[in-house]
Amino acid sequence: MTTLDARPVDKFDDNDQKPIGHGRMLRKEDPRFIRGLGKYCDDIQLPGMLHLAILRSPVAHARIVSVDVTAAQAHPKVKAVITGADLAEKGLAWMPTLSNDVQAVLATDKVRFQGQEVAFVVAEDRYAARDALELIDVDYDILAPVIDARTALSADAAVIRDDLEGKTDNHCFDWETGDEAATEAVFAKADVVVKQDIVYPRVHPAPMETCGCVADYERVDGKLTLWTTSQAPHAHRTVYALVSGLPEHKIRVIAPDLGGGFGNKVPIYPGYVCAIVASLVLGKPVKWMEDRSENLVSTGFARDYIMQGEIAATKDGKILAIRTNVLADHGAFNGTAAPVKYPAGFFGVFTGSYDLEAAYCKMTAVYTNKAPGGVAYACSFRITEAVYLVERIVDCLAYELEMDPAELRLKNFIRPEQFPYKSKTGWVYDSGDYATTMRLSMKMAGYDELRREQAEKRARGELMGIGVAFFTEAVGAGPRKDMDILGLGMADGCELRVHPTGKAVVRLSVKTQGQGHETTFAQIVAEEIGIPPADIEVVHGDTDNTPFGLGTYGSRSTPVSGAAAALVARKVRDKARIIASGMLEVSVADLEWTKGSFHVKGDPTSAVTIQDIAMRAHGAGDLPDGIEGGLEAQICYNPENLTYPYGAYICVVDIDPGTAEVKVRRFIAVDDCGTRINPMIIEGQVHGGLTDGVGMALMEMIAFDEEGNCLGGSLMDYLIPTALEVPDWETGFTVTPSPHHPIGAKGIGESATVGSPPAVVNAIVDALKPYGIRHADMPLTPSRVWDAMQGHPTPPV
Amino acid sequence: MQVTMTVNGEEVAAEIEGRTLLVHFLRDQLRLTGTHWGCDTSNCGTCVVWMDDEPVKSCTVLAAMAGGHEVRTVEGLETEDGLDPVQEGFMQCHGLQCGFCTPGMMMTARALLDRNPDPGEQEIREAISGQICRCTGYATIVRSVRWAATHPNGVDQNQPEAEPADLEVPDPATEAVPERAGSIT
Repeated sequence: MTTLDARPVDKFDDNDQKPIGHGRMLRKEDPRFIRGLGKYCDDIQLPGMLHLAILRSPVAHARIVSVDVTAAQAHPKVKAVITGADLAEKGLAWMPTLSNDVQAVLATDKVRFQGQEVAFVVAEDRYAARDALELIDVDYDILAPVIDARTALSADAAVIRDDLEGKTDNHCFDWETGDEAATEAVFAKADVVVKQDIVYPRVHPAPMETCGCVADYERVDGKLTLWTTSQAPHAHRTVYALVSGLPEHKIRVIAPDLGGGFGNKVPIYPGYVCAIVASLVLGKPVKWMEDRSENLVSTGFARDYIMQGEIAATKDGKILAIRTNVLADHGAFNGTAAPVKYPAGFFGVFTGSYDLEAAYCKMTAVYTNKAPGGVAYACSFRITEAVYLVERIVDCLAYELEMDPAELRLKNFIRPEQFPYKSKTGWVYDSGDYATTMRLSMKMAGYDELRREQAEKRARGELMGIGVAFFTEAVGAGPRKDMDILGLGMADGCELRVHPTGKAVVRLSVKTQGQGHETTFAQIVAEEIGIPPADIEVVHGDTDNTPFGLGTYGSRSTPVSGAAAALVARKVRDKARIIASGMLEVSVADLEWTKGSFHVKGDPTSAVTIQDIAMRAHGAGDLPDGIEGGLEAQICYNPENLTYPYGAYICVVDIDPGTAEVKVRRFIAVDDCGTRINPMIIEGQVHGGLTDGVGMALMEMIAFDEEGNCLGGSLMDYLIPTALEVPDWETGFTVTPSPHHPIGAKGIGESATVGSPPAVVNAIVDALKPYGIRHADMPLTPSRVWDAMQGHPTPPV
Repeated sequence: MQVTMTVNGEEVAAEIEGRTLLVHFLRDQLRLTGTHWGCDTSNCGTCVVWMDDEPVKSCTVLAAMAGGHEVRTVEGLETEDGLDPVQEGFMQCHGLQCGFCTPGMMMTARALLDRNPDPGEQEIREAISGQICRCTGYATIVRSVRWAATHPNGVDQNQPEAEPADLEVPDPATEAVPERAGSIT
């Protein structure tokens, strides 16, 4: 690992080289969106296009006795009806998941969750396709469902995955990290040990645009074009090639504008495969778009971790060790989208931002009769769960020690001089100055004044709470030596072409879902090569026109692809320097780079701009020996480490003692994501994540009844915050560059989603302190808060 | 059945199924795809258009019910005089990210401003509370509508990218911590 001083940045700290790229810049993508001219998947309409609709299981667990499609086939507008048995004949009934499990494309033997795909219809229009679904008759032999993960491993639980040879239980995997014996030794000698059961309920990313695709197979040239809601078009293309047998060069995956993603658009869903099959069979373009209910009941959920946390400390508040036991509910198929060597994602960073003596985690994952998924909703590969665990258990410790939660955190932070810091679970934190960030958040909040106000209100019987949370993330997966998805290393390519007139096009392997890549990547390249961002076109989301890379999720775009963009621009600049030396007739060593031009050292008037150089590179004149024409480059960036953004969040809530309604009065968020590329966009990323956090803490949950019926299958039942449930956010920042990233940047896209739920819950629990409450489980709806006030802080199992 | 309506000032006549939703009629038949479809339950508001100057959720209106009425969609916000200040405000204040809820939000915002040219924060929040944005956290949408309220003639061409002067919530850390503060010192 490089040190801060040795980081590979040449002009980074020089104020005279003030970036032309970085800074608040309006977004290049906005002019089309504000005119309604965005091009989302469902906006695509091809000549002769047919519409596909999916029949889904109404029950959670059942054997399929028969499927009768006769009446549906007779519908005058129906072109095809396909069942699991039809797909099985072609060997396409099952597909691999991103976690080396398999998932049914269409059910053949059993249905394993409510909403599972059973058959599909292709028809002339979307209404007719839906009509025909009603004509399919499926006979189900209902089986006992396994809904509560706590009962999944009991001897009498039905075996869900009897498709797997020799499978006799619902065990999915075991995983552990840290040192069990060393942790036990520390716990044995500790003055104080606090234990707490903590549930992170199942939630759903629910992007405003649901998932879908248009598959268009051209029989003559044997080429499949798939417009699809994909955050990872290159990875998807490779998987389709492996599954379908179509050669990879004959598959073009295009992710058009995406109406949000949040991890929901990382997995490959059966619907995509169905549309591809339909287009192959019928030779026509076929569109499949989920409705909202299908999105909520069948696509990638998030969380569903049942955790037991334990923390050991001295009586004066030095945290010594953290230990946790996790029961992970993975649903009917293990569809986790995470690096394969990390079945629990990056949950291993549950040690948080604290300098510990020991840590240990043991996890058991089980199958249940619920939808598959697990890694989604801006979770940074399960860091959301890890941060929630540690930040809740630290607050439980503060409660027991009667210490201020901010003071307790300040006492235990990893100190700046300890970086790079290797955690007790093996993660190498790159850089940080946690106390500075924590203190800034306290200053912005007016922390001491808030505590005084709280004391006054408590004396009057009013319920006001102040919640503190501090998080560190590990984002930017990842080093290819140990991170891959289905064998694909998690690197990203980038190509930069400078045209003769000095305008440029940069091609990315990642894909924006609203993060503003068309702007920020132009800014990154502009910063390095001196071409204004307005003159740089960003191309992304089309596998035929961009270099290979693993896509946008886990806050990896800036840490990985952003690094690639900076380095490819430097590669082009290196070539430009050689061409400039020929144009100015001096040696390369005699040139200096300033804001888009090279000049002769000591003679700023003897200069050529990058635009001059671009024309020379493509022109008819001589070039220095050994230099080919053109001004372009391509690289593939393999990160040497993850980046570790962090932040300090403070939430202030008021609870109505009569109705138990929680009002989030203030939320102060101070983030450190290293070098900041576009502060406006960063602020937007943080605002969105904070809203997610308030949603999860107060209202969002995908619940099930005993029969396995999903109780969160519409936006009437799965509640998402509106403008009335969230405050005006107060944001701040510190800047601690990543030492190993070319421009010192870290990820920011998921920080607030990760960090805010514990801040809100800590605030609510703090408000309920007069009731003797130390913990209450999300979502803290009025009824749950009311129950907590009556002495029942967690719902019955 | 035959339906006739005015859409963005132009009369359109079409043959439709009686059950056709207005959102699908606009999107699939008229190819006005700026209006989106995000839920089935009238909760998300990505489908908001105007019917006779009132915002409606077009997923809950039959196209037949719009017969004889005037419909205005996001495509009708920009006029010969240029962008609507609401559109400009959303760009200036980062009121959108993925852009999917944006057309509906802007249609509601324009209706609000026509009714009340100077709405406060709470009025704006209430006006858009029937709509969901998953990206922005709403604060920048509120700022965008305020920008439009304070710039009824749109953007000042001389300073197109200036920080909006009336931003109500300056970044509190800008003064507290200089850029590049932190542990690199």
